[in-house]
Amino acid sequence: MTLNAKSATLHLSVLAALVALFFVLPPYHSGNLARIMVLAIYAMGYNILFGYTGLLSLGHAMFFAAGMYGFGLSVNLGGLPLPLAFLTGMACAAALAAVTGFLALRTSGVAFMIVTLMFAQTAYLVVLYFGTYTRGDEGFVIQSADRMIMGVDLTSEGARYVAALLLFSACFLTLARIIRSRFGRTLVAIRENEERARMLGYDTGAHKLKAMILSGLIAGVAGAAYAMLFGYVGATFATVQYSIFPLLWVLLGGAGTTIGPLLGVFFMFYLIDFSSSLTTAYMLVAGVVLVLLTMFAPQGLMGEMRKRVFAWLP
Amino acid sequence: MSNGTSKKTGLNRRTALKGMGAGALLATGALPGSLGFAQAQSSAPIKIGFQKHATGIGAAYGRWYDATTQAAVKRINDMGGINGRPVEIVIEDDGTDPKRGAEVIEKFANQHEVDVAFGTLFSHVVIGSAPRAGELKLPYFVVSEGHHVASGMLNRYTLQPGITDVKSQVQSMAPFVANNLGKKVTMIFPDFAFGHDHRDFFSAAIEAQGGEVVAKIAVPPAETSFTRYFPQIPRDTDVVYHVMVGPAVLTFVKELGEFFGPSRPEIFGFIDSLEAVDINSPGLEFLEGTYFWEGHPRHAQKDNSEYDTAYRAAVGVDDRGASVSDPKDVSTYAHMFGCWETLNVIKAGMETADYQGPADRAKLIEAVEAMTDMPHSLDHPQGAKLFNGKTHQVFGSQHISKVTDGTLTVEHTASIEDGMYEDEVDYTAQSF
Repeated sequence: MTLNAKSATLHLSVLAALVALFFVLPPYHSGNLARIMVLAIYAMGYNILFGYTGLLSLGHAMFFAAGMYGFGLSVNLGGLPLPLAFLTGMACAAALAAVTGFLALRTSGVAFMIVTLMFAQTAYLVVLYFGTYTRGDEGFVIQSADRMIMGVDLTSEGARYVAALLLFSACFLTLARIIRSRFGRTLVAIRENEERARMLGYDTGAHKLKAMILSGLIAGVAGAAYAMLFGYVGATFATVQYSIFPLLWVLLGGAGTTIGPLLGVFFMFYLIDFSSSLTTAYMLVAGVVLVLLTMFAPQGLMGEMRKRVFAWLP
Repeated sequence: MSNGTSKKTGLNRRTALKGMGAGALLATGALPGSLGFAQAQSSAPIKIGFQKHATGIGAAYGRWYDATTQAAVKRINDMGGINGRPVEIVIEDDGTDPKRGAEVIEKFANQHEVDVAFGTLFSHVVIGSAPRAGELKLPYFVVSEGHHVASGMLNRYTLQPGITDVKSQVQSMAPFVANNLGKKVTMIFPDFAFGHDHRDFFSAAIEAQGGEVVAKIAVPPAETSFTRYFPQIPRDTDVVYHVMVGPAVLTFVKELGEFFGPSRPEIFGFIDSLEAVDINSPGLEFLEGTYFWEGHPRHAQKDNSEYDTAYRAAVGVDDRGASVSDPKDVSTYAHMFGCWETLNVIKAGMETADYQGPADRAKLIEAVEAMTDMPHSLDHPQGAKLFNGKTHQVFGSQHISKVTDGTLTVEHTASIEDGMYEDEVDYTAQSF
């Protein structure tokens, strides 16, 4: 079997499993899975920049929030239909990523982390500053009546799951294809040795900017999807902790792997959900598990799988 | 027990599960809630999901909301429970986070299969959770004091019958401030939604009393020093109105004292700033002689009602509003009565609706919506209340206390009518 065939089989199998899980899981867990898929989109977006391009951003919450607010405000204030509002959210995130990337990519390493962090903090404060429209830290609700698309009520459990699955599938397959494309391989080359990539004639600056925009765009898809499917838009999602989450998810699942983000979100979600039922110190439990994973599986779950068993994993 | 809908869903899922041979999922404990729910009997406990701020910025409130909840449930169970069934509290930590809050609501509805959810304080958690409560058709009784319920932002499944909202609180303060402290007010507030509510509602209310807000000083969140903001206070200010929250409040008070020295304008604040903080803490000496809004007076008054005395004893709080087992452990007394009163409203609503199970949730909400007068009693130890079924919001009296010799002494009690305003929504017009 060729690498492309193996990759296609793997990705389609994941999607088939997600379809099947809807029918076998009880409501609580299928609801969780819908949320996990949305957050996995966010992690996949982050993975483009961090896992494949080697740029560690601490400001991705601003892209998630841009998608969320772009969508939410378009619906609540602009009265736009859902598809148009969704596109607006995506456009906001991509535009913000372009501006941020244009400026932040002049730096690298720790400086890049700090600059993206500062941009994200500014974005958070902008949300609070325009509290008249955004309702600041409280946020606002997107009413159930506004969450209909072509006659389908997205507040129902089934429709929510299907919508989350469709969005996840679109991003998952698109990114899987991009990773195997010439552009994707160039990003990996930049991650491995930027000087060498530049010496070979690649415009690494342009590639990194494109990666940043793509990464921000996908994060914005996740933000808009969260608002659309769960009915809430709030500044909490623009805080620094929501910039740290995708980093953790990707590290856990395996940076630079296409399935890693989904596994990382899944693992982290249920780690907190399960440990919180045992103790109020569940974040301590989560922290210890993360430390252990970092010690014994430094490349994340799928990274270790690729290292030990499936060297072909995309 | 009328729980057919959820039961049917669980069986369908399980049938599919067997058909697809996914026993491994069962082995991981994926279905415990569904199995237990199918066996529910009329003598089974009424399960109330308590969305607790056990961690995060609301943890101090969460701990005391928990203590009050446990005391209220003990009293209810000692009196025979609800409709002859004991009450069981199911606690989940929401981390004072709206995303986790929504997840907790889903866990209550679909895994624990509680009858109602209750207890949330922070507005962003309420607003993040309420859409899911509405979609899951889970009655959601919040103890938040936010205006989000009465504003019409939420849905028919979200109610606030145990504590007044910020609009009502702020509005009822204006007559006392204008008539006793002064008409030119400078407001210092945190630059986020909670502060903006105070800014907007109080500005309108003080103008209605013939006063004016001469300066509005918004302090960004995460600010740690406030001295540079104080020169913005106009010299002709009669009253400084402050509503700072968070750990920096001690610094705020200390620096305000250093700025004004012995000659200061009148100072009025919301006790939210100092909930769970001893008013006699070092650095707070400047608060002597200043005024505070209190939902429920922290310090027992000379004419304390028998209901408040009994309530304090039940929760384990002394006359200074601190834990009887640790005088340094000061409670969130001005707010936590809301948990006690909300649970008693849930009890009354369930008894009126003859609540038997989740199929009666709509009947429960209609029963609560039909409530109006709630007399001062041990069910409502803070004072009499008037519930507005259309807006799902309760109204009650408010207290203004003056710090006198280190004690919060009630100077004025605003009437229920002082805090009432025009309806902004009619939730009863929404379908279930």
